[in-house]
Amino acid sequence: MAIKGTIIIDTELCKGCELCVLACPQKGLVLSDKINLKGYRVVELYMDNCTGCVNCALVCPDSAITVYREKKAQAV
Amino acid sequence: MEKQELKGKEIKLMKGNEALAEAAIRAGLDAYFGYPITPQSEVMEYLTEQIPVRRGLVLQAESEVASINMIYGAAGAGARVMTSSSSPGMSLMQEGISYIASAQLPCLLVNVMRGGPGLGTIQPSQGDYFQAVKGGGHGDYKLFTLAPSTVQEMVDFVFEGFRMAEKYRNPALILADGALGQMMEKVELPAEGEFPHVIPDWATTGKKAGRKQNVITSLFIQPEKMEQINIDLQAKYKAMESEVKSESINTEDADVILVAFGLVARICMKAAELAREKGIKVGVIRPITLFPFPTEVLNTTADRVKKFLVVEMNAGQMVEDVRLSINGKADVQFYGRMGGMIPDPEEILTKLESMMK
Amino acid sequence: MEQFLINPDCMVYDNHPVTLTGEPYHYCPGCGHGVIHKVLMEVVRDLGIQEEVIGVAPVGCSVFAYHYMNVDMQEAAHGRASAVATAIKRVRPQNYVFSYQGDGDLAAIGTAETIHTVNRGENILMVFVNNAIYGMTGGQMAPTSLLGMKTSTSPYGRDAASMGNPIKITELLAQLPGAYYVARHAVHTPNAVRKLSKAFKNAFEYQKLNRGTCFIEVVSNCPSGWKMSPVQSIDWIEKNMLPMFPLGDIKVPDPKTGNPVMVKNN
Repeated sequence: MAIKGTIIIDTELCKGCELCVLACPQKGLVLSDKINLKGYRVVELYMDNCTGCVNCALVCPDSAITVYREKKAQAV
Repeated sequence: MEKQELKGKEIKLMKGNEALAEAAIRAGLDAYFGYPITPQSEVMEYLTEQIPVRRGLVLQAESEVASINMIYGAAGAGARVMTSSSSPGMSLMQEGISYIASAQLPCLLVNVMRGGPGLGTIQPSQGDYFQAVKGGGHGDYKLFTLAPSTVQEMVDFVFEGFRMAEKYRNPALILADGALGQMMEKVELPAEGEFPHVIPDWATTGKKAGRKQNVITSLFIQPEKMEQINIDLQAKYKAMESEVKSESINTEDADVILVAFGLVARICMKAAELAREKGIKVGVIRPITLFPFPTEVLNTTADRVKKFLVVEMNAGQMVEDVRLSINGKADVQFYGRMGGMIPDPEEILTKLESMMK
Repeated sequence: MEQFLINPDCMVYDNHPVTLTGEPYHYCPGCGHGVIHKVLMEVVRDLGIQEEVIGVAPVGCSVFAYHYMNVDMQEAAHGRASAVATAIKRVRPQNYVFSYQGDGDLAAIGTAETIHTVNRGENILMVFVNNAIYGMTGGQMAPTSLLGMKTSTSPYGRDAASMGNPIKITELLAQLPGAYYVARHAVHTPNAVRKLSKAFKNAFEYQKLNRGTCFIEVVSNCPSGWKMSPVQSIDWIEKNMLPMFPLGDIKVPDPKTGNPVMVKNN
């Protein structure tokens, strides 16, 4: 079973640049139709296949992404 | 290198530039950054020889532009710092001085003036009066400006300059000239280590837990904020007016007043002596601080004396401030020499005689 | 959403390191500055040196770097960051000092300060962000703009004969004896970001040795100045920037002697 992970996107920090979408090896992110208070369309996690690899957070220029990953002990 | 012990009070025969440098070490200079230029290169030469065996640090920068920005960095980090240059070099520093004034960093600047404009000459001049007291760089700012007229004052004003700079968080400037830098006179040097310096709490020393980050900047992009900074600066400059200093000599019975700063004030004292021998009652007013300017003393003197002669080694710069101070109450005339020429007492006397006819 | 994962124990990437102030960046969408700020400050956090770091911000888009980096900082005049950083380090050798400059700041108006700072081997970290354009003033030609690159002051493309060639200042600086560690990195992929993080960590660790200047160029993007989407800018970096500005170490300390040596092919 793949490592399970998830992310939280601070949508008020997101500027919809989609660099995280490009960086996600699972193709799990998408630019949504939701619009934040600054008027940017924001990215969301739409697939249930996140591994918590942190690639999206590393390339996020706006420090908008927090990443969580299942601990090995929990995965058993 | 083995460090020498702190030096005690001494009386010595010294060249102006070297006396100033020695005074800086005795005033607890932490760092000097500079670039060689005649006629003040002895300042850095003296410091590079003395500092390694005494205390502080000295760095020859790649330009005056780098020097003044090093002054900004070191002053922002809380050090007691100084740079020195001469006219063309000071022109190069003006942008940095404006930043330092805006960021409100204490430091001591020294301009040993030479004749200009342009590359000009290496002979003494007072052609940078406007640059010193009317801004020089961009924006509304003032430098606490001291004009020494003796080698002793080259020493004393180092201490005074640092004191004012640190009291007001503002750059101070010693506005000397090539002759003062090069001449030798007897000086009394204060003891070293008696002028303590505390690193201010606003300095960038590393953000300790429990305090906010310290930022040194002159960028206030919101006009409301930038205007407020300007209002605060102007209030500070107003407060600095209480530090004004001037010297009045034989003005009580005078029929005509000579006004001059720095070296020229000494020449005027001799001219006044010659004039009195010829029966012309001449007094001398010497502005010691050029900013703040001794407006009050000039204005009140003009209640009684109706003739003033301003003598400068330039085309007529301080004379504008004298006229503003006197505000039409008396006749203000000007006599100047330019381009590195020094007026002699006789030519000033000739001018005085023509005024009294 | 895997709600059960959302707890501090499972957090593997914190988007709010204590070394960032948390103020939202003013940068355009997709701009590399945000990543570089973050990586630099994450390293400061990881090394536990927040209380000892003093930074110098430039003039350019990152002029407000101190709004985001939660360390003591000074804002330098255009081009003079390395002179300011020199002085800070000289009067406070116990602190870690870094400067952060763009291409116009470091490689045009500040070239003299840049070269002489490295030549003196000042014990600081110089971060050089190269996006081949003046972003803040609206997309003018930079000293590192590529040949043929269209900018607002090279509207027909940069022409070597009249505008000069793009300057590879990092390679130039590596020649100087004062340079201790010189490398070029990027932020266009997750792996590039990981390598940059390691390079920053090396640079701060080397600073303790007092052996000379650490200089790290970061090839970055400017979607607004380049007039393309952030995603397109990543492709443009790979196709156009990296052939001119290849990534990797240029000068590194020899693991045996500790003396800096040029990496082959540079």
